[in-house]
Amino acid sequence: MGLLSDPVRRRALARLVLRLNAPLCVLSYVAGIAWFLALVFPPLTQRTYMSENAMGSTMVEEQFAGGDRARAFARDFAAHRKKSGALPVAWLERTMRSVGLEVYTQSFSRKLPFPDETHERYMVSGTNVYGILRAPRAASTESLVLTVPCGSDSTNSQAVGLLLALAAHFRGQIYWAKDIVFLVTEHDLLGTEAWLEAYHDVNVTGMQSSPLQGRAGAIQAAVALELSSDVVTSLDVAVEGLNGQLPNLDLLNLFQTFCQKGGLLCTLQGKPEDWTSLDGPLQGLQTLLLMVLRQASGRPHGSHGLFLRYRVEALTLRGINSFRQYKYDLVAVGKALEGMFRKLNHLLERLHQSFFLYLLPGLSRFVSIGLYMPAVGFLLLVLGLKALELWMQLHEAGMGLEEPGGAPGPSVPLPPSQGVGLASLVAPLLISQAMGLALYVLPVLGQHVATQHFPVAEAEAVVLTLLAIYAAGLALPHNTHRVVSTQAPDRGWMALKLVALIYLALQLGCIALTNFSLGFLLATTMVPTAALAKPHGPRTLYAALLVLTSPAATLLGSLFLWRELQEAPLSLAEGWQLFLAALAQGVLEHHTYGALLFPLLSLGLYPCWLLFWNVLFWK
Amino acid sequence: MAAPLVLVLVVAVTVRAALFRSSLAEFISERVEVVSPLSSWKRVVEGLSLLDLGVSPYSGAVFHETPLIIYLFHFLIDYAELVFMITDALTAIALYFAIQDFNKVVFKKQKLLLELDQYAPDVAELIRTPMEMRYIPLKVALLQCFPQCYFSCLSDIPVSVPTHLVCPRTPLSPPAAVHTCENEEQSLLDLFLGVCHDVCGKPSGNHLPLLLPSQLLGFHPRSLWLYINVFFYTIPLAIKLKEHPIFFMFIQIAVIAIFKSYPTVGDVALYMAFFPVWNHLYRFLRNIFVLTCIIIVCSLLFPVLWHLWIYAGSANSNFFYAITLTFNVGQILLISDYFYAFLRREYYLTHGLYLTAKDGTEAMLVLK
Repeated sequence: MGLLSDPVRRRALARLVLRLNAPLCVLSYVAGIAWFLALVFPPLTQRTYMSENAMGSTMVEEQFAGGDRARAFARDFAAHRKKSGALPVAWLERTMRSVGLEVYTQSFSRKLPFPDETHERYMVSGTNVYGILRAPRAASTESLVLTVPCGSDSTNSQAVGLLLALAAHFRGQIYWAKDIVFLVTEHDLLGTEAWLEAYHDVNVTGMQSSPLQGRAGAIQAAVALELSSDVVTSLDVAVEGLNGQLPNLDLLNLFQTFCQKGGLLCTLQGKPEDWTSLDGPLQGLQTLLLMVLRQASGRPHGSHGLFLRYRVEALTLRGINSFRQYKYDLVAVGKALEGMFRKLNHLLERLHQSFFLYLLPGLSRFVSIGLYMPAVGFLLLVLGLKALELWMQLHEAGMGLEEPGGAPGPSVPLPPSQGVGLASLVAPLLISQAMGLALYVLPVLGQHVATQHFPVAEAEAVVLTLLAIYAAGLALPHNTHRVVSTQAPDRGWMALKLVALIYLALQLGCIALTNFSLGFLLATTMVPTAALAKPHGPRTLYAALLVLTSPAATLLGSLFLWRELQEAPLSLAEGWQLFLAALAQGVLEHHTYGALLFPLLSLGLYPCWLLFWNVLFWK
Repeated sequence: MAAPLVLVLVVAVTVRAALFRSSLAEFISERVEVVSPLSSWKRVVEGLSLLDLGVSPYSGAVFHETPLIIYLFHFLIDYAELVFMITDALTAIALYFAIQDFNKVVFKKQKLLLELDQYAPDVAELIRTPMEMRYIPLKVALLQCFPQCYFSCLSDIPVSVPTHLVCPRTPLSPPAAVHTCENEEQSLLDLFLGVCHDVCGKPSGNHLPLLLPSQLLGFHPRSLWLYINVFFYTIPLAIKLKEHPIFFMFIQIAVIAIFKSYPTVGDVALYMAFFPVWNHLYRFLRNIFVLTCIIIVCSLLFPVLWHLWIYAGSANSNFFYAITLTFNVGQILLISDYFYAFLRREYYLTHGLYLTAKDGTEAMLVLK
């Protein structure tokens, strides 16, 4: 405690902070970025290993041989779907019953807040069909789920076929200790959400669904399957879930074990692993950045993303049919799934031994949270240092009085009382927060009014209102000054910047704890300009920088970066279209699944960014 | 000054009524930071229903209030929301008048000491004027109404009642006694606290033989060491602060809030409501920035770590308890900073503001 109470050491520390502030900030920022880039190299990245004992030491010999049956089922399913136009519920029920499962259906309906242009739906209603394979020797206390999300287009038929063939094969075995639920959902993620909500008897997203007639016990793990071709060249695995939540690493290790055993080519983010070539670390960095971007978006990249919210570890496996030489048929995929389910069958408790928070530079490499957190810590340190410097500058007069004798006599001015300083900050804070609230509430509420007055569709109206309110916020600084009466002009913007820095640091810290990728991405862009913002100096340059690093611009930039990393670069026009679609999807996903990116950006980061804009244009 | 107070009360009651009816009420009533086993309304309702069935409410290990609370709420259960609002409003009014009274006492004392020439010559800046003290009672009432309004009203009994009932009552009597000895006129604050003490000081055994608690919460031998902490500070503080009983009471309430077994937001809000009374100490506080940051960061991290523990499955209870510990460390440093500032001001008042050492250079005050 000597540092807090000893005046000599305090003065030395204060002088150090004030003098070396700029170099320390730059060093800290560079250290944060460098630490992140170093995450692909060996000391920081480790090989994955199976942590759960129950899944590690068992030998499993897969016996699935129902490839033909799977293809037959797939063709039947595709034909029936084309005939009826929607999910062929009756056919599915019949087939599942013939295979030997207990079949139930569930109907659901939902009116989306505005029409979804990408999936072309507005009033959604559908039926989920699921069959339960009861464990012959256990009491139905635990279950596993194999799910196939079926959208309105005719993909995923082979996945349904494989699901039915696997169900037939599993039905004939006696070693199952957990029930297995084979779930086919309509309208992909909406159906999955309806089923999960009804299964767990909650209602978090306003979906109207009929209650479930049959249940199977607590779900231990789930696998979502997406296959659209009879043969595949590789299996791609997706781990990022809703709001950046990840499944337990052991599930991924399990998948990777079986891919290696069966000789299947498994890819992560579409890229196979290759650590032996010289390009190894570079490719690792590419994979890492792709994962960071996907996790930061907070979208559920597959049905598995919605399971994670209910503490059910889940993965999505996608069969990719590209132009490679070697192809695998449905038997290979079926064997991998059979092996995975047999090992999951051995679980005694939920998966909890391995990591829940990690980054993946490759399928067999991971970075744990203890090693990647310092990156965001260094970035937030910049904000802390700047805030400390501002506090000391604001209290220089006060510090002169604290060690009295520096300038004896009443010539030392008294620091203005705390009350005045705080009162003048309330107006900018309230106005920024009100703009954020308007950004959150108005687009969806006002879409009908907008469509009456302008010739746009509802979805476009929502997006355009969003952009309009966002840009309107930029016009604010010229208004708040008439509300705020400044007494000591310099102190005004310094106090506001101090509050804004602390606010930003708190928000980014809390975001980084739950979704590291989002926190890191936003910190990389917002921290330098937040630290630099001040009314003196090259104002247009600072203004341009601030606009370029605002949350919306970060979103736009990350879209370009994402497509660049996937080796499918975008032109400016395409990028803009994708950006508008992403905005609409973000708002929609917030209302349908409870994704948190939209409220975080509009209610948290946008008001904070507006405060810095206010500081920049302080008169 | 009545009009602003009435306005504050009206706004507080409106906000509280609105919150009671909103969907936030259920969400907040589940939060651990707000509801504790000591002050949970659900437990009171549980105890009441057990009493209605003829079973002792203490037979299940759920109900931990005193028998007086049960009998009080037996009659008031239908008007619970109104009772909470009225109690909190009364607390605000009582505090308002108490602080007003205290300000008058302080000003009188200051004038007396000035005339007696007890102050050093150059301390003009430290003397408090009626102007700056005018709005303090209102600020105290405001701060008391609103934090409690948002948090504790929805889920538990108004804090003023259980804080005085459940926490050790004896540490609060020395300041009350000292204050009574000093002033002929009873301050309203003192009266209020005294009434609380009398009300809850009745031994439960005499009046209500059926409801003897079989095991008083928290008196497990191992946890005695933590509770003794609360008593440790009473006597040294009483000796040091014998001329400043209200400040002593403030520090004592803060110490009780820190060492309480199930701390909630309401306890912190109770002593933080008194900060405007000690506004004049602000210039002597040394670490207010760091401490405010620590307290704000910990308050924000509570729900985040709760989410990580319960929903993401990755943290565990250790994280949550670590944050509680950090929060307590922040509170302890804050209270010790205020104490240091108070002592420093007293020192300056008697020895002068601009000190020089023997050889004429500036002197530094170091706390040994």
